[in-house]
Amino acid sequence: MSGRSLLDKVWDAHTVRELPSGQTQLFIGLHLIHEVTSPQAFAMLQEMEARVRFPERTFATVDHIIPTHNQERPLADGLAEEMMVALEENTRAAGIHLFDAKSGHQGIVHVIGPELGLTQPGMTIACGDSHTSTHGAFGAVAFGIGTSQVRDVLASQCLALARPRTRRIDVTGKLAAGVYAKDVILAIIRRLGVKGGVGFAYEYAGPVIEALSMEERLTVCNMSIEGGARCGYVNPDDTTIDYLRGRPYAPEGDAFERATRWWRSVASDADAAYADRVELAGDRIAPSVTWGINPGQSVAVDERLPLPGELPDDERSAAEEAYGYMGLRPGEPLTGTAVDVCFIGSCTNGRISDLREAARVARTGRVAAGVKALVVPGSQAVARQAEEEGLPEVFRSAGFEWREPGCSMCLAMNPDKLVGRELCASSSNRNFKGRQGSPTGRTLLMSPAMVAAAALRGAVADVREVL
Amino acid sequence: MAHRIERVVGRACVLRGHDIDTDRILPARFLRSITFDGLGEHAFKDDRAQAKGDHPLDDERFAGANVLLVGLNFGCGSSREHAPQSLMRCGFEAFVGGSFAEIFAGNCTALGLPCLVLEMRDLDTLMNAVDARPEQQVVVDVRARTVTCDVGTFPATIPEGTREQLLEGSWHGTAVLLEVGEEIERTAARLPYVSGFREADR
Repeated sequence: MSGRSLLDKVWDAHTVRELPSGQTQLFIGLHLIHEVTSPQAFAMLQEMEARVRFPERTFATVDHIIPTHNQERPLADGLAEEMMVALEENTRAAGIHLFDAKSGHQGIVHVIGPELGLTQPGMTIACGDSHTSTHGAFGAVAFGIGTSQVRDVLASQCLALARPRTRRIDVTGKLAAGVYAKDVILAIIRRLGVKGGVGFAYEYAGPVIEALSMEERLTVCNMSIEGGARCGYVNPDDTTIDYLRGRPYAPEGDAFERATRWWRSVASDADAAYADRVELAGDRIAPSVTWGINPGQSVAVDERLPLPGELPDDERSAAEEAYGYMGLRPGEPLTGTAVDVCFIGSCTNGRISDLREAARVARTGRVAAGVKALVVPGSQAVARQAEEEGLPEVFRSAGFEWREPGCSMCLAMNPDKLVGRELCASSSNRNFKGRQGSPTGRTLLMSPAMVAAAALRGAVADVREVL
Repeated sequence: MAHRIERVVGRACVLRGHDIDTDRILPARFLRSITFDGLGEHAFKDDRAQAKGDHPLDDERFAGANVLLVGLNFGCGSSREHAPQSLMRCGFEAFVGGSFAEIFAGNCTALGLPCLVLEMRDLDTLMNAVDARPEQQVVVDVRARTVTCDVGTFPATIPEGTREQLLEGSWHGTAVLLEVGEEIERTAARLPYVSGFREADR
């Protein structure tokens, strides 16, 4: 009999029962909530006259709607203020801990979970946000849910789910200089497609993944959902354990040592069976940029854009639609394409290591005339660390705006939005039509260092020429 | 328990294209609310504005449709339940497509909206038939796993667990999850992290 994968071990440990429908009633170890997808869930709960069953297993923060210019209350946007008040009232009434702007720990939900040590190996983690897959970087089974499911978790700490199949993705070799975790996940999605992962959990492994820092692994797992996989994870190892030691919510002393043994035990067995296996050569991954309207449409920065005629049948119409929307020319490389806005931040790339890499580039020049460039740290803790290292000054003196933490221009629910057909070099995760706040706005996804390079050049640039 | 959903009978609307994400179904600016009220009028807001009246949801021929026919990977992207909520609130009771993104399909189940998948060839035939004669009756049969229109009956797939939930009326999940009572606490107690990795857990 073959061994078990992490997915199977964690799934089995959290199984309350098999439901008559054939699905699993799965216990959720950590539930994270925010202001956008929770207020309706609390209202449904009230309507059902149900209570929050495990308030100590849910944590809240505010990220999507919070402005990055002026976070003083009441918020200038009345609708945003109303959502903020609802979150405060709901969490207070239920006894749920809220990391608000006054706490010093506010930030994007997928940034603060890991940095506080709330996110741990072997957990099941759910949040009303598709990028919950991020937390899989620790060897947790973490996935996004809708508001009715947020209600279910509040009421029962459980969800009814079908067990996904597991696809092992080995990234071999070693990454070249100027190639980042963002490029790895863009390459994986390009290879497997935006729907290739539906029904799967992705297990990322191999020398390249093992060599990544925790923050880089978070970037990879974050975009699992962009490949259709609701969750993606990396097996816990020394990197994971070293990261967790001393975090505010991590166990301490002897308990940490006991935790370590359990965390290691949930890693996939060497002889685990997988429904599918894929291998990617890490040495061949180049700095990547998306050119279309889904995250699978990417190329190496110096590669020419595909001609629709040379694409497989099922990708051709999507490519034509993308070219129509983006106004880019097939057959030419993206290098040199003028950009209007540069955005560094988001749950994908708003952590301290991302800002350090962007700052390395920013030190080499100034933001090009006519380009608006903003840096939005992923959390208050990231902002504090950046300040300690003098990064805000590096960015400001190069002509970038340094902002307060939040989701910001990744999805533009706050005042940070593209205008008209502006083209944005962005370290975020989605290049969907209208995603960044203007119905006709356009997005080029890339690593934070590449965004910084684009800001200095005023056009898409190869970061390898700058570093 | 919620009501049982065995079939949806009515007329269909043809929405072509693949990988239609939830940002397109409901742009993020309409998420600035603490309720789902009024979302129906914002479904596909930006796509419709750009199509200047030439969008299937504005096509008179499809007015009153309660079944939405879609392509591959419909509902990908954001987990926002606001997206299926908005489609439900503008009258859709079932979706038939080439495939559905997982979180979107889960949200639909939680709202009692069946998502059935057809072979692409059958989906094309169905879309063309409805396009040619939008007034025809379309039957989405969850129990039989079929979709029927004037030109024939097509076999469809839906995950078995989801089908059971719809047929049994257990798609409103909370009551089912609470049935086991203290078994939830017993499962929690077996997890070492829930008790903070205390010595006794070993």
